[in-house]
Amino acid sequence: MKTLRRIGLYAGLTLAALTFIYPFLWMASSTFKPPSEVGTLALIPDQITLDNYRTMWARAPFGRALVNSTLVATTITLAVLVLGSMTAYAMARLQFRGRPALNAATLAVLLVPGQLTLIPLYTLIVQLGWIDMYAALIVPYLFNATAILMLRQFFLQIPQSLIDAARMDGMSELRILFTIFWPLSKPVLSIVAIFTFMGSWNEVLWPLLVVRDQQLMTLPQLLTVFALGGGAGSVGVSLASAMVLVVPVVIAYMFLQRNFIESMAGAGIKG
Amino acid sequence: MRAEQRSGSLLAAPYTAFLLLFAAYPIVFALVLVFLQWDLVTAPSFAGFDNVRLLANDGRFWRAVGNTFVFLSIHVPLQIVTALALALALNRQLVLRSFWRAAFFLPVVISGAVVAILWSNLYATDVGLINKLLVRVGLAPVPWLTDPLTAMPAIAAMVTWKNVGFYVIIYLAGLQYIPRSCQEAIEIEGASSWQRFRHLTLPMLLPQTILVITLSTINGFQLFIEPYVMTGGGPLRRTYSVVLYLYTNAFSYQKMGYAATIGVALALIIGAVVLIQRRVMGKAEAL
Repeated sequence: MKTLRRIGLYAGLTLAALTFIYPFLWMASSTFKPPSEVGTLALIPDQITLDNYRTMWARAPFGRALVNSTLVATTITLAVLVLGSMTAYAMARLQFRGRPALNAATLAVLLVPGQLTLIPLYTLIVQLGWIDMYAALIVPYLFNATAILMLRQFFLQIPQSLIDAARMDGMSELRILFTIFWPLSKPVLSIVAIFTFMGSWNEVLWPLLVVRDQQLMTLPQLLTVFALGGGAGSVGVSLASAMVLVVPVVIAYMFLQRNFIESMAGAGIKG
Repeated sequence: MRAEQRSGSLLAAPYTAFLLLFAAYPIVFALVLVFLQWDLVTAPSFAGFDNVRLLANDGRFWRAVGNTFVFLSIHVPLQIVTALALALALNRQLVLRSFWRAAFFLPVVISGAVVAILWSNLYATDVGLINKLLVRVGLAPVPWLTDPLTAMPAIAAMVTWKNVGFYVIIYLAGLQYIPRSCQEAIEIEGASSWQRFRHLTLPMLLPQTILVITLSTINGFQLFIEPYVMTGGGPLRRTYSVVLYLYTNAFSYQKMGYAATIGVALALIIGAVVLIQRRVMGKAEAL
């Protein structure tokens, strides 16, 4: 009876895991199939072809989009880490006028749904003349309220004696932050880095609003435009273009799976 | 002390400026836009309550709101049941525990755009994988995304599939807080596993369930890329979402005032729905 239940449990888990993994495996294998084979359930194609990738690469600037996405996500992640730490350090460890108001404002920002500010932000970008510029994709994301609150929470737990001793030695606040606080804060920094990078990498609504020039599109945007505009022409080509976006993420996820889960689940709950 | 004041203000200054420009200003300007007519080309003009009146009588907007409730009525219960079931399965002594967890979480890290493109192909009527499987076991193929009755449920099922790993993590965290002594006590009482689930596990997980309801509801109101990619809002506008309608008004019709009005209305609806849910669930918690 007990063994029977265990077998049932593992059978159920395997079935569940397959429903999550099989579609992605099918997607990956379809990109190597000729059009005649795409509709089949088999994971290993009879004939392996790279045509889908050649077509995709030739028809739309996916190389450029890969560069754009990497540039945008990396810049935003670095900014959220560096600028966010500076802000969080001040909010956690320094006395200055307006600090309580800044704390309250940060909490309030988290309660406002993004849809409320989407259009005013868009008109602001238009008025700044940033349509079709990297600035439109990067500047509105330079600070992140969730990240600042997480960093602040962590910084609050670091002993004051460390700060006092460093100040005695004549260290500036920035040096204290980056040489004493940062090494102690690696866990929270990695959490912030992962959810910020993933959020930017996967974002699609905002780029669809502020970028029209194909050369400036990020991967998810170009992918969407390519699939909808009929540029792909076939399932294999369309899925091949999706692979450019998925493969780096899946590789990173395989190595840092625990960190990914902790980070993305944590940010979702707090944000 | 003086030096600390100065460093503090200095370090907080960029963020303060950012908040003013990219948070405070858009919130205030959203409310201003409600009373404006603006195509971004000519100067904005004052429109009084025109936008609000138009919204109140706009069948397309209310259709989108209705569609969202159809989506939520399928998505939220399905999300709770699947996340809870997978979390309970994972909460045992398992071989390869972290592998199973990673498998369930995989779609969470994948872009919604990719998932939408992938599932358009899985749902395709003639060549889609799901219909191929149905035919293989002797069932008739279903026109998932082209039948007005099945399109929204199909999208709701897909979104549930994409997000379930995230909610499994929430339930797993909750399960760790059920005291062992309670579990042992109820076992000694001779409770069946169903009774254990019904009278111990489920009530103890109520805070997590409330969280899942709130987050999946908020998430549901943000539905955009799925209908945008998979159905374009059709068939018969049955999958048109509020954000898709907002986007169309801003991007295709250049109606900034009206799009902002939709945004404000949506924020109010989300706030109201979440408050009502919390009120109702809070009563359940008190019992």
